[in-house]
Amino acid sequence: MTELTDITGSADLPGPVAFPQDRTCPYHPPTGYEPLRDGRPLSRVTLYDGREVWLVTAQTTARALLSDPRLSTDRRHSGFPVPTPRFEAGRDRRIALLGMDDPEHHRQRRMLIPSFTVKRAAALRPWIQRIVDGLLDAMTEQGPPADLVSAFALPVPSMVICGLLGVPYADHEFFEEQSRRLLRGPTAADAQEARDRLEEYLDGLIEAKAKEAGPGDGILDDLVHHRLRDGELERADLVSLALILLVAGHETTANMISLGTYTLLQHPGRLAELRADPALLPAVVEELLRMLSIAEGLQRVALADIEIAGATIRAGEGVLFATSVINRDTAVYDGPDGVDFHRPDRHHVAFGFGIHQCLGQNLARAELEIALGALFTRLPGLRLAAPAEDIPFKPGDTIQGMLELPVTW
Amino acid sequence: MHIEIDIDTDVCIGAGQCALAAPGVFTQDDDGYSMLLPGSENGVADPMVRQAARSCPVSAITVRDTAG
Repeated sequence: MTELTDITGSADLPGPVAFPQDRTCPYHPPTGYEPLRDGRPLSRVTLYDGREVWLVTAQTTARALLSDPRLSTDRRHSGFPVPTPRFEAGRDRRIALLGMDDPEHHRQRRMLIPSFTVKRAAALRPWIQRIVDGLLDAMTEQGPPADLVSAFALPVPSMVICGLLGVPYADHEFFEEQSRRLLRGPTAADAQEARDRLEEYLDGLIEAKAKEAGPGDGILDDLVHHRLRDGELERADLVSLALILLVAGHETTANMISLGTYTLLQHPGRLAELRADPALLPAVVEELLRMLSIAEGLQRVALADIEIAGATIRAGEGVLFATSVINRDTAVYDGPDGVDFHRPDRHHVAFGFGIHQCLGQNLARAELEIALGALFTRLPGLRLAAPAEDIPFKPGDTIQGMLELPVTW
Repeated sequence: MHIEIDIDTDVCIGAGQCALAAPGVFTQDDDGYSMLLPGSENGVADPMVRQAARSCPVSAITVRDTAG
């Protein structure tokens, strides 16, 4: 009888949820994650290869674990959770900054933080505004209609990160294509080849910069002429660092601009509120960061046993963080699935948390405020040029965003 | 109510969350590390100071109530 009850009971329980899954609506977590939104702080989920790992879904637990030094980001560890075959690319290599633990991570991060402070981002605003205005001039001269992704959302952050790093924007078609293959390519081999081509390109750029008599004003120029020359940074690490800054610098913000625009257009009441009070922009950006949680599935591996929230994560086990679910934790947010520009600061984890929290977040906020502000001010009639449900967006195993965004005005 | 603010600069990663949350109290020095604006070491309790401490991704900021 007991056995029968157990069997019946377990038959009612769903098996572990698969992770990651594609979103059904581009600005909501996948409907397949609903079983994970029942208040449990962490659950077991199944990866594409059948392996089970932990998935963290509650904010308090996420903040505690993301700042726990017993969780590593070193993907060379055999237990490191690989959510998609593509991420096997370059797994045996030392990845700068985000694939490193302290103290190596801290040594690299400290070289970069002066370039990404709140003050520095504020000082860059007039320059970012000029880039945004120039792209909107070009888009409005040629349209309507336009694909907002290729005309605006991608070139804004691409131009900004090129200028900051000292990478020629003339090469943007090359590196944007390699980034796309690295993050969304069909196979691990394809992603690996894209990584190789990007590294080769950046190594050549670093070589050229090293031969110049004096440094240019980009971050890479500074790293080449000081940190590399002084032996503080190895050449291979500099190439890896340059790759991460370049890819992270344009892919993430581009997705936030496209998906943020789509989301606001789908919430006309909230958009009217923003148009009536542009001072809401910083709060709008913060709410979009929370809602959209484009960097889904942050990855760690446990280096020791960790007792947390009634569970034991064993040494060697993989831990993933579902930012889209964490940022809608009902213990933290009222009506978490709605857009609300007046939430008290609830400390979303869209930029991560702990020592790896996004280096470029202050720059990203400045870019998003300027880009979205200018877009909706200059184009009061902006609207989708295709049925909303027909517009393609990115699959669940990469950074979330729109593949294209046909608009008119 | 007065407060005492302590920043552990060995732990700070220069994320700038404190300067964003409480710009009247925190700033970042030339190296990007968190620092208090002059005169705010023993300030009147600004509600944003606690927000700033909670925003810090590495818990580098400690806020203590002091008498007076």
